[in-house]
Amino acid sequence: MTMDRRNFLTVGGKFFIFTAAAGSALEYVLAAEPHNAPGYRTMDHWWAMMIDIEKCIGCGSCVRADKAENDVPLEPFYFRTWVERYHVDPEKEHPEVDSPDGGYHGFPEKFHEGDGSKNFFVPKMCNQCADSPCTQVCPVGATFVSPDGAVLVDKKYCLGCRYCIQACPYGCRYIDPRTETVDKCNLCYHRITKGLTTACAEVCPTGARRLGDLKDPKDYVHQYLRENKIQVLKAHLATQSKTYYNGLDGSVR
Amino acid sequence: MNESLLYAVRGFMYPNEVELQWSILIVLYPYITGLVAGAFILASLVRVFRVKALEPAYRLSLLTALAFLLVAPLPLQLHLGHPERSFQMYLTPHTSSAMAMFGFVYLWYLMGVLVLEIWLDYRGEIVQTWQESTGWKARLYQVMALGVNDRSPESLALDEKIGHILTVIGIPSAFLLHGYVGFIFGSIKANPWWSTPMMPIVFLFSAIVSGIAGVMVIYMLVSWFRQHPVEMPCLDTIAKFLFFAFVVDFTLEGLDLLHRAYEADESFKTLDFMVQTQLFTSQILIQVIFGGLIPMGMLGLTLVMKLSEKARKGIYITAGLLTLAGIFAMRWNVVIGGQLFSKSFLGYTTYKMGFATKEGLLPALILMVMPLGILWGFLKLLPPWGAKDAVAADPGVEA
Repeated sequence: MTMDRRNFLTVGGKFFIFTAAAGSALEYVLAAEPHNAPGYRTMDHWWAMMIDIEKCIGCGSCVRADKAENDVPLEPFYFRTWVERYHVDPEKEHPEVDSPDGGYHGFPEKFHEGDGSKNFFVPKMCNQCADSPCTQVCPVGATFVSPDGAVLVDKKYCLGCRYCIQACPYGCRYIDPRTETVDKCNLCYHRITKGLTTACAEVCPTGARRLGDLKDPKDYVHQYLRENKIQVLKAHLATQSKTYYNGLDGSVR
Repeated sequence: MNESLLYAVRGFMYPNEVELQWSILIVLYPYITGLVAGAFILASLVRVFRVKALEPAYRLSLLTALAFLLVAPLPLQLHLGHPERSFQMYLTPHTSSAMAMFGFVYLWYLMGVLVLEIWLDYRGEIVQTWQESTGWKARLYQVMALGVNDRSPESLALDEKIGHILTVIGIPSAFLLHGYVGFIFGSIKANPWWSTPMMPIVFLFSAIVSGIAGVMVIYMLVSWFRQHPVEMPCLDTIAKFLFFAFVVDFTLEGLDLLHRAYEADESFKTLDFMVQTQLFTSQILIQVIFGGLIPMGMLGLTLVMKLSEKARKGIYITAGLLTLAGIFAMRWNVVIGGQLFSKSFLGYTTYKMGFATKEGLLPALILMVMPLGILWGFLKLLPPWGAKDAVAADPGVEA
């Protein structure tokens, strides 16, 4: 076949279309591979987290479990989840807050009951916001809200520009120094897509953390939301957080 | 936890907040784009608003804008964890992201406005140099002329007409470029230090101030290097515009401050404390006093008093340099200041700048000097004072 201009365009056009189609098919296959969860349909779920302040004893098991499960760098300052200790003294303008090692080793005793103050622990993690300000600002869409409500990061696409870190009101994101890409709690996506719960909820000795599926009518989350006085963090920012706290004090930021 | 970093923390920070994410390189980004936008606005005063006195600085302003614009994306590239992926912003831009549009705004401004306007303005002279020279120089100018040697009065008149239209389009483009940079910060609702609709406007006017001051200083320095007398009416007019832009900018920033102090939302005490402690030097001393009130007062003095040429020159160069330092401090206070406090409003961290590191002081200094080197090249290639004059005045340029 002689290759005149018309032939070249025809052959070249077909080649382009087929390689593009094959490329996107391959991408689709590869994208599904890490979770390898046959039967999991993102559209069937809408994940949320329930955190009960009254039940948290500050043992730090959740922080340790999360670091181990998700290969989070141990130091210096990288946390997908951490625990804060609040000491609210009515005579002071601000609460005293600490989180040594993010609560990884638990909390050495510092305050005593009956000193006229309130003391409690606040587990923190990505709030899996439905209107998440972090995904809004990502310049390439490398971080996104999955159809099942989990806020995820595509590490193969992230530029490492850190705009999302600036946009998260809760301080939930960090740059993984090994990949130079952003990382955050992904609700143990590799577990929940297989029908398991998150690592932090799995190890919590008091059941202070619990994963919920708002699309499952039988899930406990519905009863939890109905029977408790629920708060979300920084509600005024309208991020539609799906991390629901029971017993959250007004002093918590 | 890493104790060496923790000593920098006062009060409580969320653990992931201890390390700052945006460094001095991100301070340079709005600073450099601001100089570009400001220099272009000054040039457009000649072309669109027919301010004749500014004509000697017209081309210099455009070349300054281009030199800085070429460097503008470099600090961003250097800062990225994966610079090799940055082209994805062009291929798959996330339309809800303010940052995603930067590439397009930048390209439009670079190719659609600045390069085209400079080319049209210089085309006649480029062709002339091409035709009057031989060897590699003729080749170079032939390429710059894109091989077209038409220098008829009709074609030059057409250049002029298109150039005028381009400048008219260029003004909103310059406003867009820098107002947009302000929006990148102003639209972050998580950060009360940034989140204000005033941010794009304040960025824009401070850009105009820095750009005019930049061109004023560069014009004086270039004239001094060339040992050519400075056109005083031109310099006086630049200084006058700088003063007026400064007054508007200062008022807007004052309004922003007043608004914050009067509203005093939950973040105010934290931010107020930060300004009085960690940001005191860069905000109160450098930005407001030495980079704002003093140069503004000095410029104001030249408007109300009859001063000698020497005294005015001294004032202009001092006020220009102080202004440039003040606007740099303003960018610093926005970018770095916005990361020094915790979003819990319960604590503060410190910015530790490296020196010869990827995002340290040294690369920042190199990036700041780079546009001046590029400008020097442009001045050799496209002398703003006309080809013949340049040859006569500058023995460094080949005849």
